Amino acid sequence: MSNRGLAISFRGVARNFGSVRALLPIELEIGAGEFLTLLGPSGSGKTTLLNIAAGYIGPSTGRVLIGDRDVTDLPPRRRNIGMVFQNYALFPHLAVFENVAYGLHARGVPAADIARRVESALEMVRLSGYGGRTIRQLSGGQQQRVALARALVIEPDVLLMDEPLGALDRQLRQHVQLEIRRLHRQHGRTTIYVTHDQEEALVMSDRIAIMRDGRVEQIDSAETLYRRPRSAFVAGFLGESNLLRGTIAGIDGVDARLRVDGFDDVIVGHAADGLKAGARAAALIRPEAVKLAPDARIKARVIEAIYLGELLALRLSLANGQVILCRRFACDGVPEGDKIGIVWQPADVRILPDDAPARPQDHNVEEN
Amino acid sequence: MPVTTTMRRHTATALLLLPALLFLALSFVAPMLILFKLSVTAKEGPLWAYGEILGNAVYLRVFWNTLVVAVAVTAISVIAAYPTAYMLTLLKGWALTLAVYGVLFPLWISVLIRTFSWILLLEKNGPVNRALVASGVVDGPVQFLFNNTGVLIGMIHVLLPYAILPIYANMLRVDGRLMLASDGLAASPWMTFRRVYLPLTMPGVGAGAVFVFLLSLGFFITPALLGGISNLTVAMLIELLVNERLIWSLAAAASFLLLAAIAALLAVAARFVPLGTALEAR
Repeated sequence: MSNRGLAISFRGVARNFGSVRALLPIELEIGAGEFLTLLGPSGSGKTTLLNIAAGYIGPSTGRVLIGDRDVTDLPPRRRNIGMVFQNYALFPHLAVFENVAYGLHARGVPAADIARRVESALEMVRLSGYGGRTIRQLSGGQQQRVALARALVIEPDVLLMDEPLGALDRQLRQHVQLEIRRLHRQHGRTTIYVTHDQEEALVMSDRIAIMRDGRVEQIDSAETLYRRPRSAFVAGFLGESNLLRGTIAGIDGVDARLRVDGFDDVIVGHAADGLKAGARAAALIRPEAVKLAPDARIKARVIEAIYLGELLALRLSLANGQVILCRRFACDGVPEGDKIGIVWQPADVRILPDDAPARPQDHNVEEN
Repeated sequence: MPVTTTMRRHTATALLLLPALLFLALSFVAPMLILFKLSVTAKEGPLWAYGEILGNAVYLRVFWNTLVVAVAVTAISVIAAYPTAYMLTLLKGWALTLAVYGVLFPLWISVLIRTFSWILLLEKNGPVNRALVASGVVDGPVQFLFNNTGVLIGMIHVLLPYAILPIYANMLRVDGRLMLASDGLAASPWMTFRRVYLPLTMPGVGAGAVFVFLLSLGFFITPALLGGISNLTVAMLIELLVNERLIWSLAAAASFLLLAAIAALLAVAARFVPLGTALEAR
């Protein structure tokens, strides 16, 4: 298992289902050995893109390349991919060993090699000695690992995973996330992972592609996506965020001034590309960038203070009713109902095109 | 309190089952007992009737012929039903409705009418023979009737739905993603069929085969009308013994031997086919 897999590229790949444009033309290149997560809400096209990579769905236009080979017109069986399905799709009538050996049988691998490779694959997912069990005898987490072993034992050029943790409970999910991450470090195979769970994406990925309405909204490392999102949608999808909506008052070099609705102040922050004065925009301030300062000019009322162990999660309400989320270390005790002052650094603020649907918490709390 | 509740539940269960149990006792168990008594009370001795049938080559040939016909009907029905059932799983909307009615519609017509229809179709100067001769496929009319060919055609026509429906129900329960997974693991379509689809649909095949086999062992009207006197089945033999020869003890013994043969075959079949899983919903 030294091979790192192959690069996979999508060249202008698009897909329509009838009159529905599930996927708009996409250019995407995933390097050999890279772990890329497609993250997005349902209907964003992420599963369609994965199925096009696997060959279960053909693209309406565009080409798919694995390494240098154009696989667009090849069925899945001729692509050398490893696929992990959402509910694993393990063969219920075959034992664990036979499930894992299936792809090797299909490739005509000699029986002696099959036994050795299945054994080592089961060892890799920590299921040594489970070869004789039936699928029904396994827990959900164990079935998930058998599915992973079955996909990896064939040494695929690309490993494809479709929400593989969706059926597991939260605690198990966290454990298996780390397991998949460890396995990826170990086998180092090119992986495309589909999920709508931001935490999974953050834990495992080299890069994350945020998808929305059949497009890749932004593709970057987790840190870049969090710190420098290109749109309010990306900001809202990854991590918690405060979005203060308003109109651009002016652009000064890399910074923009935003006149926030129902708020006398302008907020200054780093401007995203393509913003113009007069355009609608949103200021992104992450909860950890909001600091408490007794004599600060901006006053807020504490509507909720929740202890999360070492952190304190605060829900604050500004004079105009805008809710601000704030995270502080729990040593600064803040009683609910208090009036406090808050500040943030312009360096922590990003002014983004406002394309995210408004969420209830961005509205006036008094309305509720 | 729990004791009372449990007892009440048992009483309720018993009361709910009572009508069915009474009906079964009166209409099935009691006649069976009378029939059994009839088979062992011949004036020649208690086991005379069984010895007469088992020791007579003519009677044994009738049993053998019945078995051969039943096996042939079962095999051909299942083989014909499998692709039909698969086709049903691919259909949607009005096409599915039409196809399902196509399968079920024959069940609404009396077996007698269907059998007579086959006689009209298959007779020497019937449309089938006229078409065959006119097209030059055969030189003269084919003898379809009053032999096993006619019996097979008629019985398969009647019994095919009993094979199609359990296989179709089983196929509907097969998770389509398993075939996608097999394809993704580089299996050829043939390997996917042989290693995944066929094993997962075998319970349905087994259930269909058992239905058809059991029904064909006891079939009377179709073999009686379409078969010849040289192709007697056990059902025809029993009718002959009751109505023509008036040896009721022999008829009763033949019934019980058929019942014993069926029980033995089912016991063997149950070892290979998980019939329970084919009928229960997953």
